[in-house]
Amino acid sequence: MKTTFKPSRRSFLKASAVSGGGLVIGFVLPAAGRLAEAATQFKPNAFLRVASNGRVTVVCGLSEMGQGVLTAIPMLVAEELDADWTKVSVEQAPADKAYANPMFGIQATGGSTSVRGHWEPMRKAGAAAREMLVAAAAAAWKAKPEDCRTHKGVVIHKRGRRLSYGRLVARASKLSVPAEPKLKDPRDFTILGHDLKRLDTPPKVNGSAKFGLDVRLRGMLTAVLTRPPVLGGKTLSFDDSKARAIPGVKQVLQTPHGVAVLADGYWAAKKGRDVLEIKWDDGPNVGLSSDVVSRTLTDATTQEGKVARNDGDFAAAKPARTLDVIYEAPYLAHACMEPMNCTAWVKPGSVEIWAGTQAPGPTKAIVANVAGVDPGKVKVHTMYLGGGFGRRFAPDFTIDATILSKMSGQPVKLIYSREDDMRAYYYRPASVTRFTAGLDAGGNPVSFRARVASPSIMAASGSMKIPPSGIDKFALEGIEDLPYDIPNLRVEYSRQEPGVQVWFWRSVGHSQNIFFSESLIDEMAHAAGKDPFEYRRALLGKQPRYKGVLELAAAKAGWGSPLPAGVQRGIAVAQSFGSYVAEVAEVSVDDDGQVKVQRVVAAVDCGMTVNPEIIRRQIESAIVYGLTAALYGRITLKDGKVEQGNFDSYPVLRINEMPKVEVHIVPSVEKPGGIGEPGLPALAPAVTGAIFAATGKRVRSLPIDPDMLKKA
Amino acid sequence: MISLTVNGKNKRLDVDPDTPLLWVLRDTLGITGPKFGCGVQLCGACTVHIDGQPVRSCGTPVSAAAGKHVLTVEALHYTRVGKVVLKAWLENDVPQCGYCQSGQIMSATALLTENRSPSDADIDSAMSGNVCRCGTYNQIRAAIKDASAALGGRR
Repeated sequence: MKTTFKPSRRSFLKASAVSGGGLVIGFVLPAAGRLAEAATQFKPNAFLRVASNGRVTVVCGLSEMGQGVLTAIPMLVAEELDADWTKVSVEQAPADKAYANPMFGIQATGGSTSVRGHWEPMRKAGAAAREMLVAAAAAAWKAKPEDCRTHKGVVIHKRGRRLSYGRLVARASKLSVPAEPKLKDPRDFTILGHDLKRLDTPPKVNGSAKFGLDVRLRGMLTAVLTRPPVLGGKTLSFDDSKARAIPGVKQVLQTPHGVAVLADGYWAAKKGRDVLEIKWDDGPNVGLSSDVVSRTLTDATTQEGKVARNDGDFAAAKPARTLDVIYEAPYLAHACMEPMNCTAWVKPGSVEIWAGTQAPGPTKAIVANVAGVDPGKVKVHTMYLGGGFGRRFAPDFTIDATILSKMSGQPVKLIYSREDDMRAYYYRPASVTRFTAGLDAGGNPVSFRARVASPSIMAASGSMKIPPSGIDKFALEGIEDLPYDIPNLRVEYSRQEPGVQVWFWRSVGHSQNIFFSESLIDEMAHAAGKDPFEYRRALLGKQPRYKGVLELAAAKAGWGSPLPAGVQRGIAVAQSFGSYVAEVAEVSVDDDGQVKVQRVVAAVDCGMTVNPEIIRRQIESAIVYGLTAALYGRITLKDGKVEQGNFDSYPVLRINEMPKVEVHIVPSVEKPGGIGEPGLPALAPAVTGAIFAATGKRVRSLPIDPDMLKKA
Repeated sequence: MISLTVNGKNKRLDVDPDTPLLWVLRDTLGITGPKFGCGVQLCGACTVHIDGQPVRSCGTPVSAAAGKHVLTVEALHYTRVGKVVLKAWLENDVPQCGYCQSGQIMSATALLTENRSPSDADIDSAMSGNVCRCGTYNQIRAAIKDASAALGGRR
């Protein structure tokens, strides 16, 4: 997700001032208590505290879903604090305004914004604390602060006197928080830019990490909720007599969203649900099928859409030859390893929520509304997320758990089965794009038009509005910002809503649009009789960062060098979330049309780095996620119902299919870009480009269809 | 009543014998290392050992574990091979979201207990029942190879 909110100095200082005043929930202490505690803890702001034993605790308001944020945020603080990294630990923050993501204005994690949004605020939080600790030491020594330096949790005077941060806690607590602490020159970084181990690895290895699903409360019931199988359907009637007869089943409740069975554990709840007899009113979407979706979107691209970009004059261009091609991508489920779940406890006048959520801030407001309590009376415990990918930005599981706790009067853990999870109607939009690209006699592009037809994520989000232009920015990202030097370029959007709810999915619009646009560039290169790498490079003369990663990936992959028999290369490049990534895929296709990706070489320019190893892992992770989508990903509809339910009908990449992956990072002094998503978009077009090189067949629709690639 | 040993402790449980072992571990005993991912033995997140053999606890009725030894990730460090595998996982910083990892670790430990010098094909075969949506497969392979070396396996 992107928003235009920019972190300002003012908003940061406000947050610091508020939290410095002790108003932050979770840190509120009575005045006397605060004084007493000040002697043992130093808490200059909401983001860190230093204990008298020197231990530094960084409080992180962002959600950990595998991307490493519980390590990256502490690294930002620790760098400027000059902390001893071995004494730094991290703690998950409560839902509170103090932890609003500066790029969203709400406390939420997504859109590859964590490091981009917190690069300065977290460093300032650390730097302010460091200045206070230095001032405290200087006062103790009756010395000048400028004669002191810091190193690994110790203030050192130029004459050699030393005081550890832990011993300065009481004095530093009495000082005021500096408004404009001085930040380090990046050349002096000793933590940022280094491959430090993740702080969350030990609990994730020994089984002690607590995910939402692991929450257990005294008196808690476990619920499963059966929703109408057709989106927009309703419960007509149900017979729960058999369900109630199952030992362990405590309640059967009809909610606005379906029928829930509440039991003393998951198995009894599931058994109860399996024997529920429910009559549904299928509603208006009962005739919906994937064919209808495909036709609706494709037909829309024959008409002019709303114009999002219009360089030169597309209609006036006089190409020697024209490519007119249609690309298509399906709905996709996120299929997080941990199915959606939430534990809610609605008490008189207050609510507690335990959830692996990407959006603790919005959750607080939404749950307050559902439960009918003041938002200040909602406490949100953000648990570890067993995958997020955008799915855990959605509120469905928190809303339904809250409803069920309110109705039952007990703490309720709502668990989605894998099938519930896959059929919950939060999908990456299906999308169709029709390209009309004109080339001159030499094969150079002279005109380009893209007509994009897809549902609107902005409209579905519940928190954004489509602007008056009618353009959903997510539907066009990756096409509207086409970086190639092409005159007479026109991008149009036609919003189509066939009836399926859509949602954010790792890399959002780029996930399909870069496949479309980069594949088209490949087609143009082929039509021009040119090498796909050289063709791109020639058109990226004004785009040094795109060109930089393209050249680095090609060089590291040995573009143009011989490959084993049957293996071919493809290449693609993309910018998303402020980072530039090029990927070269080495692919073989067997006689049955089965595609094997042997190796992927990626180059990434994400500006200054926090933790290069986490960056490499995130790029690799996005490659795997993108490869799963390219090879297998497809949610289809028949008679209004989703046909997929589990990993048999919605396969995901397994270890035996895993390519070798190499990630190369471009050294950079630019501001950091995002990293959770940018590795994904270039993967599919790099793979299908290689398939074209291997078979002469152009894949214009995902997932890749082995039947199409079979040897005749 | 069903009697079994879980992580070295004797348990007598009054549960429906058809209940999958996973839910007895998680809901009855509060052992949450084994995870629920698919419910139909397709993802491996629920992998535990019964008498040393890896099983998908979501599809194994608790009655099948009667009189046997169930081991979950929480007690894996008490086993010789398990200890080595856990160390290799830590050193390779394998997990991302971490949700599948206890299942991955249990499958890897069973593999290395049986065969301390697994080939890539052996690793594929033993580990392809364990899904990771974060895509940590190359790190899993590296950790298994490190553990193999530490156990004196041939490279």
